[in-house]
Amino acid sequence: MSALLEIEDLAVVFGGRSAAVRGASLRVEKGETHCLVGESGCGKSVTALAIMNLLARGGHRSAKRMSFASTDLLSLSDRDMARIRGNRISMIFQEPMTSLNPAFTVGSQMAEVLTRHKGGSRAAALGRSVELMGRVGITAPEMRLGQFPHQLSGGLRQRVMIAMALMCDPELLVADEPTTALDVTVQAQILRLLATLKRELGLAILLITHDLGIVARVADRVSVMYAGEVVERAPTAELFRAPQHPYTRGLLSCVPVPGRVRRDRPLGSIPGVVPAIGPGFAGCAFRSRCSHADETCGRAIPRRQAGAAHDYLCRLEPEFTELQPA
Amino acid sequence: MVYLIARRLALGLLVAFTVMTLAFMLTRLSGDLAISIAGPAATQADVEIVRKAYGLDRPLYIQFFTWVGRAMIGDFGQSYFFKDSVANLIGRRLPITLTLGLVGLSLALIISIPLGILAALRENTWIDRGVTMFTMVGQAIPSFWFALILMIVLGLHFGVLPISGTGTWQHFVMPGIVLAFTAIPALTRLTRSGMIEAMASDYIRTARAKGLSRARIVLKHALRNAAIPVVSIAAVQLGFMLGGSIVIETVFALHGVGYLGWESIAKNDFPVVQAVVLVLAAIYIGLTLLADILNALLDPRLRTG
Amino acid sequence: MSEPIAIHVPLTTSRVGVAGFTIGIAIVAFIAVVALVGNQLLPQDPFIQDLGNRLKPPFWMEGSQPGHLLGTDQLGRDYLARLAYGARISLLIGIMTVITSGLIGITLGVLGGFFGGRVDDAVLFAITTRLSIPVVLVALAVVGLMGSGLGLVVATLGLLLWDRFAVVARATTMQIRSLDYVNAARCAGASTPHLLIREILPNIASHLAVVATLEMALAILLEAALSFLGLGVPPPLPSWGLMIAEGKDYMFFSPWVIMVPGVSLFVLVLGINLVGDGLRNLLGSERLR
Repeated sequence: MSALLEIEDLAVVFGGRSAAVRGASLRVEKGETHCLVGESGCGKSVTALAIMNLLARGGHRSAKRMSFASTDLLSLSDRDMARIRGNRISMIFQEPMTSLNPAFTVGSQMAEVLTRHKGGSRAAALGRSVELMGRVGITAPEMRLGQFPHQLSGGLRQRVMIAMALMCDPELLVADEPTTALDVTVQAQILRLLATLKRELGLAILLITHDLGIVARVADRVSVMYAGEVVERAPTAELFRAPQHPYTRGLLSCVPVPGRVRRDRPLGSIPGVVPAIGPGFAGCAFRSRCSHADETCGRAIPRRQAGAAHDYLCRLEPEFTELQPA
Repeated sequence: MVYLIARRLALGLLVAFTVMTLAFMLTRLSGDLAISIAGPAATQADVEIVRKAYGLDRPLYIQFFTWVGRAMIGDFGQSYFFKDSVANLIGRRLPITLTLGLVGLSLALIISIPLGILAALRENTWIDRGVTMFTMVGQAIPSFWFALILMIVLGLHFGVLPISGTGTWQHFVMPGIVLAFTAIPALTRLTRSGMIEAMASDYIRTARAKGLSRARIVLKHALRNAAIPVVSIAAVQLGFMLGGSIVIETVFALHGVGYLGWESIAKNDFPVVQAVVLVLAAIYIGLTLLADILNALLDPRLRTG
Repeated sequence: MSEPIAIHVPLTTSRVGVAGFTIGIAIVAFIAVVALVGNQLLPQDPFIQDLGNRLKPPFWMEGSQPGHLLGTDQLGRDYLARLAYGARISLLIGIMTVITSGLIGITLGVLGGFFGGRVDDAVLFAITTRLSIPVVLVALAVVGLMGSGLGLVVATLGLLLWDRFAVVARATTMQIRSLDYVNAARCAGASTPHLLIREILPNIASHLAVVATLEMALAILLEAALSFLGLGVPPPLPSWGLMIAEGKDYMFFSPWVIMVPGVSLFVLVLGINLVGDGLRNLLGSERLR
């Protein structure tokens, strides 16, 4: 069964020099919520932009394979890709405060997506806007049509963004840290909303985040990213139960679990810093911080299986002992 | 919003009053007006007669407030040299200056906005540098010299346009071009920087993610935001153009208000000079008020809460 | 007290940007040299008339006269010598005007920006009033009513062209006023004049330098326009604007009469603008225009 979105060995380079993404591979199945998790600067947002072909000037992407349903995304012209954007794949961003055009009403910005891709009258598009705004939990949607973005709160704006992303019934929603800029309570609401949409519409979601808590709550499957590479992929439960890659293990051991954290021990942390990856870098990017590193880690790293749908990039054999807090 | 307009209007009136004071003092600079009017051949008795006739023997503040009072109802007095009321003179000439100003502004916008957009979309390429050089040249050319060059080239060599006077629309082409070039550099730069900023914004990224066509993104989403300051600056530029039209009108012998100002300075026709300064200042004040209103109309954030 | 802390970030160090700046400096330097020593080095006197040798063309056209490289004007005076003298006038007027208008504008702007409240209201009112005045007309009126003269032109332009100085000085002062190191100095007991002179001025100086170049270019153009209309620098002083006016009557037959001073004006103003733009790029004051 082929996946909805399949990426193999994506690389993104800026200005011919710095590689923001070095070898990202991931699969998103139909109707699945897939989290791409990693710390700031690991290249997860760039990956999302590369999928949509929305990279900033000077960015170049290349991949062994990047397909959506049965379409090869790499060979599409920008014009053809534009027909897919907002239509079959939608994207929402991190900063709802600045992501809407301040000069136009909410209604007109929503309606134009539908008329652009599916034609039809403006009135019909506005009707659908009202329907979707109600779906995402916006009160008094008819009134919102004529309002301007600056009249809405951050949480509301993000709901508008989500509703706008759904106008053409996309198969995949790429959400780049959609809740990071919002209050925690609003965060919970938005996540609940996304889960509901997935259930009701069969929407596949690629959710980019740095928050393991979000991963635990909504993700079906997870891809962990570090320094431009996807280092581990697994179903959520399995990742939390039996993480294989030393980075993932380090991440999870940093999370304090109530009842297991011991008062006399310091909280977990991963020593060292993310290395700068220049051109010609080979081997594992984590080796400078890994306690298991040896000289083979400076060369090509094998991809190992730790389960039917669980793989990771490391020389170490799979290990299934219970994870201990640091 | 109404409160805002009322406040600006009040401020404008205060400014206008200050300008009136300055204009009044301006004409009193040369000393005794009666002597200038009477002429070099006048005797002392003649000067006294002139002084009484023109009301110049009354205290200065009375002269001032008389003038202000009359000016408020549009009576600017009689011209010393033209056999007509100042109001009539200005009234006849004003349409020409306004036409010239509008022609100049329209040409400026037609050239600046596309150039600014082009330079922004091709930022840091040779096209962008070309546009920048073009604006630098436009900024450095003395307008009166540019006018003369155009006269030689277009008027003489190619014979396409008349070089002086008023009468047909062709008479406004060369002056309009010269006037446009006083505003093109600023408007082009403003459009360019506004577009660059708009195109780099988050909402443009959203527009692209929505799959909108490039034309729509640039011309609707980006331009709409970039144009806000351009429109209000354009109104102000029109004000500058009208105020600075004196040079161009004089070179092309266009009988507008600026030319009238020039003629009356040469003839020491003080009531006219005062009135022209006031009228041009009032127009400028009105245009800045218009610019503020346009700003508020175009930017939804300024309109509502 | 403390060393002034820079608030600039260089915007571009692109090669083309630097090239523009260098060209500008070269042009201005060249014209400055011509202004300073040109007439000492040139053989001809700019004021001596030679009515038998009127309107001789420059050396690249036929009929030209040896000894008059750029020909002669309608009164037989050497064109090149007048051109060199005109450089002196343009630069002198430019610099003197900028000093005058700078003093007025910077004082107003800093006071308004620093003290805020009523003082700022008054400064804003003054700026608005000044902007409403039709500058060329008023300048012409002043000169027309009080007679031409170099000093009068400088004074008039200086009293009229201070607005951009005031606006920029005010904006930058307001930005800096709330910065921590100013408050720190104040807490340490610094007096207001000290604050203004030692903390504020050095940090806004670079932005004002950019304004100064632009205003100088503007002053030169304005003086040329005034002289062109006959109400600027009085003849026989060879202001370039006046030379263009004098050549206007002959321009259809001898276009070089207006081309030479016109191109000189253009090149000088372009050079100054290039310097100003280059300064702006180097100092990163783009945002404060």
